[in-house]
Amino acid sequence: MAAIIQLQSDVLVIGGGPAACWASLAAREAGCSVVLVDKGYVGTSGATAPSNTGTWFATTPERRARLIAEREKSAEGLADLRQMGRVIDTATQHLHVLAERGYRFPRDDDGELYIANLRGPDYMRFLRQQLVRAGVIVRDHHPALELLVAGEVVAGAAGVARQLGQNWQARAGAVVLATGGCAFGSRILGATGLTGDGQLMAAELGASLSGMEFSNQYGIVPLHSSVNKGLPYFWASFYRADGSAIDIPPGQRFPVLARESLEGPISARLDRASGAVPEALRRGQPNCFLPFERAGIDPFEELFPIALRSEGTVRGTGGLKRGDDDCGVGIPGLFAAGDTLERQDIAGAATGGGGPNASWAVATGVWSGKGAAAFAQRLGSRAAERSVRPAGQAGLRPAASSRAIDPAEAVALVREEMLPVDRHFFRSAPRLAGSLTRLDTAWEAIRDHAQGDGVAALRLREAAALLASSRWACRAAQARTETRGMHRRLDAPESQPAQARRLTIAGIDQPVLSFDSLPLEAAAS
Amino acid sequence: MIELLSETRCTACNVCVKACPANVFEAVPGGVPVIARQGDCQTCFLCEIYCPVDALYVAVDPEHVTGITESAVVEAGLFGSYARALGWKKGREGGADSDPTHRLRQASLTAMPTGPRSTAP
Repeated sequence: MAAIIQLQSDVLVIGGGPAACWASLAAREAGCSVVLVDKGYVGTSGATAPSNTGTWFATTPERRARLIAEREKSAEGLADLRQMGRVIDTATQHLHVLAERGYRFPRDDDGELYIANLRGPDYMRFLRQQLVRAGVIVRDHHPALELLVAGEVVAGAAGVARQLGQNWQARAGAVVLATGGCAFGSRILGATGLTGDGQLMAAELGASLSGMEFSNQYGIVPLHSSVNKGLPYFWASFYRADGSAIDIPPGQRFPVLARESLEGPISARLDRASGAVPEALRRGQPNCFLPFERAGIDPFEELFPIALRSEGTVRGTGGLKRGDDDCGVGIPGLFAAGDTLERQDIAGAATGGGGPNASWAVATGVWSGKGAAAFAQRLGSRAAERSVRPAGQAGLRPAASSRAIDPAEAVALVREEMLPVDRHFFRSAPRLAGSLTRLDTAWEAIRDHAQGDGVAALRLREAAALLASSRWACRAAQARTETRGMHRRLDAPESQPAQARRLTIAGIDQPVLSFDSLPLEAAAS
Repeated sequence: MIELLSETRCTACNVCVKACPANVFEAVPGGVPVIARQGDCQTCFLCEIYCPVDALYVAVDPEHVTGITESAVVEAGLFGSYARALGWKKGREGGADSDPTHRLRQASLTAMPTGPRSTAP
């Protein structure tokens, strides 16, 4: 193996989406040196880059109050009103920073800057340019495999530079995990790399997770495509194979379509769009029209088959449990941002998809970057003098004898257990138990026997991370014996007032689950 | 997933090798890059818009290879079509400032659509 690439900085950021970029910029502005390592390429990595996303912001106190009230309702008792306000305020401020620095927001028909929407490819390319301008060292195609610790304190990370055929080691005073959510191998836009890597790395050091039962948001895709963007379907009607229209009561689109999709093929047509809407859809959502353009379909006139595709925790709300306002996760020197964190604060049991998640990435990126910078500055030059040890386990350091494990088999199993509508859109105790038996067996094999180096290690670590998130999701779904938000139990279809609390999970091998003691709304005032 | 890298259009700049977040392409010394890990493609279409000469084509299906040919893509005018729709040119960004999405959000708030235009297709 070629020599190990050595990197050093005050703050190390792992990930390449918006949260990672905002964390890097915030740490740099606080006066720190920053290295960012990403599995892919900053600009195209993650779920935001191929998308067009709304933002969650308020320029008046009335709008701010209205946004919070709307979300409080859909969160079904699990949101945190103070954090909602903080997210809106920080995101609004930084959307204006984007405009000041030259991001080309459009203007609305009144000539006002329209900051309610970000075009993914342009936004992420702009953030990359800001990183370069700010002097952040960006290392693309440098996936992280594990954290490094000095005693009980996180002191860096190690991974593989997959295009260089070398390993890397990065030492830092503090680390921000912004590796995204977990899509369980679902082929939705920008999600192949979203394997829950950060959640596994943090949990290996004892960090807890929360909201993992809310890991089952589904989006509509034109059949045999990856394009899970929902906006056009506002103007859609839906049909069964016999041509009959599917009646959808207000707010029931997804449960109704999910049920229908289990009965037979379903189709859509954007036949409620009229006036200026079709042209605005085509021009404003070009990614949504790729499947139609490439199949020669006019979606305003013709029916097209659709499917529901899992979006995992990317548009669910589960993730690492936030320990404080700086987005520390309870391990000294370790911070997290974006979809790596749970997002019940702003979305509770409902999806944070779209505007709230985009603003969450901005706000938690900024907070974690500042928090990491302050931590690193308190350590000062002592940080570099510490001796460190690597903390990665499954896939890197087998608990028993090493033998060949095929990570592709584990990924296939995760897809089979976590993606089908009849396993996770509608959940039930027997199916969850069956999934867990199989997932636990696969986890034990990886934990006990898998050992790889270089790119082989990356594949094994991704498989381990997918299995870890799957097992947390199924266990949390088992423990929440009720229906709340996106978590729908066929065997427990009502909400239980006593379960209007968050569910925390600690540990990987034998996860320990407990409902948080205090309803958050009571604590939020 | 990614299906075509046009050897006649490609200038071997290797931007796709760098910009693909799933590391699908592999640079070839003295030649044009190759699609080395097609199954890893996440069908995000972004390589198309980063390519300065519209030499790449991503088919919509993320799980199966369709086997579409270069001449079919040329005939349908699909090389570079996503970049043109966005307003990106020669691998450079553009068009975000004329995104009309505000009209959609406006329309979704003010003109709540009612029932299907026709009840059966």
